[in-house]
Amino acid sequence: MTKTHQFDVVVVGAGGAGLMAGLYASKTAKTAVISKLYPTRSHTGAAQGGIAAALGNIEGDNPDWHTYDTVKGSDYLGDQDAIEFMCHEAPQAVIELENYGLPFDRTPEGKISQRPFGGHTNNETGKPVRRAAHAADRTGHMILQTLYQQCIKNKVNFFDEYQVLDFIMVNGKAAGVVAVELSTGELHIIHAKAVIFATGGHGRIFEVTSNAYAYTGDGAAILLRHGIPLEDMEFFQFHPTGIYKLGILITEGVRGEGGVLINGKGERFMPKYAPNIKDLASRDVVSRAIYTEIKEGRGVDGKNFVYLDIRPETVNKFAADDGRTNVDGSKYNLTAEQVLAKLPDIIDFCRVYLGVDPVTQMMPIQPTAHYSMGGIPTNKFGEVVIDDKNTVFPGLYAAGECACVSVHGGNRLGCNSLLDIVVFGKYAGLKAAEYANQSEFEKLPAEAESASKAQFETLKNGSGKENVFKLSNELKKVMFADVGIYRNEKDMLSALEKVRELKARFKEVKVQDTGRIFNTELLNTWELGNMLEIAEVIASSAANRKESRGGHSREDYPNRDDANWLKHTLIWKKNGKLEIGYKPVTITKHQPKARVY
Amino acid sequence: MEITLKVFRYNPEKDKRGHYEVYKVEGDENDRVLDLLEYIKGNYDGTLSFRRSCAHGVCGSDAIRINGRNMLACKTLVRDVGEKITVEPVLGLKIVKDLIVDMEPFFDNYKAVLPYFINNSPLPEGGRERLQSPEARAIFDETTKCILCACCTTSCPSYWANGNYYGPAAIVTAHRFIFDDRDEAAAERLQILSETDGIARCHTAYNCTEACPREIKITKVIGEVKLAMVTGKLD
Repeated sequence: MTKTHQFDVVVVGAGGAGLMAGLYASKTAKTAVISKLYPTRSHTGAAQGGIAAALGNIEGDNPDWHTYDTVKGSDYLGDQDAIEFMCHEAPQAVIELENYGLPFDRTPEGKISQRPFGGHTNNETGKPVRRAAHAADRTGHMILQTLYQQCIKNKVNFFDEYQVLDFIMVNGKAAGVVAVELSTGELHIIHAKAVIFATGGHGRIFEVTSNAYAYTGDGAAILLRHGIPLEDMEFFQFHPTGIYKLGILITEGVRGEGGVLINGKGERFMPKYAPNIKDLASRDVVSRAIYTEIKEGRGVDGKNFVYLDIRPETVNKFAADDGRTNVDGSKYNLTAEQVLAKLPDIIDFCRVYLGVDPVTQMMPIQPTAHYSMGGIPTNKFGEVVIDDKNTVFPGLYAAGECACVSVHGGNRLGCNSLLDIVVFGKYAGLKAAEYANQSEFEKLPAEAESASKAQFETLKNGSGKENVFKLSNELKKVMFADVGIYRNEKDMLSALEKVRELKARFKEVKVQDTGRIFNTELLNTWELGNMLEIAEVIASSAANRKESRGGHSREDYPNRDDANWLKHTLIWKKNGKLEIGYKPVTITKHQPKARVY
Repeated sequence: MEITLKVFRYNPEKDKRGHYEVYKVEGDENDRVLDLLEYIKGNYDGTLSFRRSCAHGVCGSDAIRINGRNMLACKTLVRDVGEKITVEPVLGLKIVKDLIVDMEPFFDNYKAVLPYFINNSPLPEGGRERLQSPEARAIFDETTKCILCACCTTSCPSYWANGNYYGPAAIVTAHRFIFDDRDEAAAERLQILSETDGIARCHTAYNCTEACPREIKITKVIGEVKLAMVTGKLD
């Protein structure tokens, strides 16, 4: 039996963006938040270093500098109207979180504390600026907790452990979603006037990733199947510092506090690649530098890793070399106690997973698949836009990592993702409620759940010749190797062929579990279907873009090509085939120029 | 090395009661117990069910009992527990399937202690933050680390004996707000915890502190709340 529920607004996903959307939509409209995880398990909780806002709590800063840094970080692919909007909303957004009780670290005067982060600069001096508001190295955890707590306080309706399966559209408008209740296996239709997707990213398609198991691109894949395009999917961020082999994130905050990268010869190498801000260059630049060091034989012991060093004696030596001082002009001096207080979680990770103590030893790191800049196209109010003219799809919204506003363009700056989810989650919630309050329910089609049922039946009744675990591993390997930090035509096309082969083989899988209660095998298999869909989109978009920009670095086209490629990619699925188109980038104040750090 | 896992299995749609299955997996000492469970699920038996998400100890999904002690499967390595590993669901919550337990009573207890910031005074002028000294912030730092994994509550003998007891995790959450000098509802939370199913049921067995994967000194935290209750003082 399928159960039907009716809400004005349904939010899919309960990370930072979904919770913010739920919180704001529920102020004026009957709202449900469905999530495949308990909300506090969402991947927002893994974000460490901070949330960017030009509060100027420690030194001079302003939202226009933040805007410029974000445009530059995006390698000029970000839409400047949206970036300016986000950066000017940022101080108020962070203050709002504090007013909700978020336990930010504090300055001696009791204000929210801020630390330097990659690519965030004082535009007058070009030096790193303290812009990342932080709560130790668990800022994302505190945002997730605080927003969930506020949702409880405001009695938001949660459907915990409900997996979304499908989007219902009627007469070209949003009409709800289909979901399965994990604990019973029952299907549910959430009939709604407005639907907000906040389903997160898809980093699990890569072998080495900082991303949670849950990051399988469900929302993007579902909408793709309904003819909604995806934008700039070739732009995927590889974070420079993941724990070697495991990919677990080591925050950029380590370098913000003065940590440096060291190659196998014991040299600090970032000054070669970014003479001005060195280890605090933006992530794409640092990841490429690490990759280059390794490729040229300067990895540690000839292996695929380098070191990240936060030992106080190292930090203080290089801080003196760089002329880094405290705000009052005194000598920068980091102590072991401060490392423990400011970075407790990453110290814990290193001790647990590596048996390494970062206070006295260097951390072995390698770049790790981290964040999708691309996603479901939206405008700055979270409204999904479906073509090159930014035509709004009535009643459909997206926010957070699954969305592409685009504020991150070709490369996201650290701390701008927590900002993104808070700002655009809020506006998606407000806009969705406003729309719902002016609209009527569309009549549901008969058997709106039939496509979801059919998908499940297919997965249960395959030949069983193929194994899901194996297919999944093959996908991750090929995507990491051939559509990774450095790319070229030959490798990407062979990856695309491989992904298509895996899609064909996926039809031969058979789920063994025939039960209804917590059939996690069925759900994981269904998620793999989404991952294959998204991987094909990424490889296609990447092979198509014949230039290097931001996180998309091609060996065969090493330069940025503004004449031909200063445009967003849109990719549609039509009759089972992918089709690529483009849309212009919004440029307001900052004309593209060479990007030097 | 060959690792032997003895895993609790229970399928409510087929089994009257739970049983154990033994699996042998080729792995090494740096493998997470979660990696081994994933391997079993992927290669031996797809029906094996457990929760997981972040895989590095911050989301709190995969609390299970490993060799008799509550741990996160993703934060426990073979080198920590040896080559013979027994894996069971946590105690005190109803087993739903294999390693999955019903978390609803746990979250109900969390919700009972007013787990949200309460301050009805006017916001500071000029749209600014409320000020808080670093020292005041430090007082409740430890309890902001909680990830609601339930390792503590489901290791507590008082909770096993009486599921109505709010349990250590709810008290940790209450502590996070009670000792936040910006919050105005400490008295209400202390009142809630002074009820029959509140803090009096803690008999300092210390299991919670040993179980916490975030290394929160929970017994100490509970002691601070008890003291506040008795003295009415928060500093």
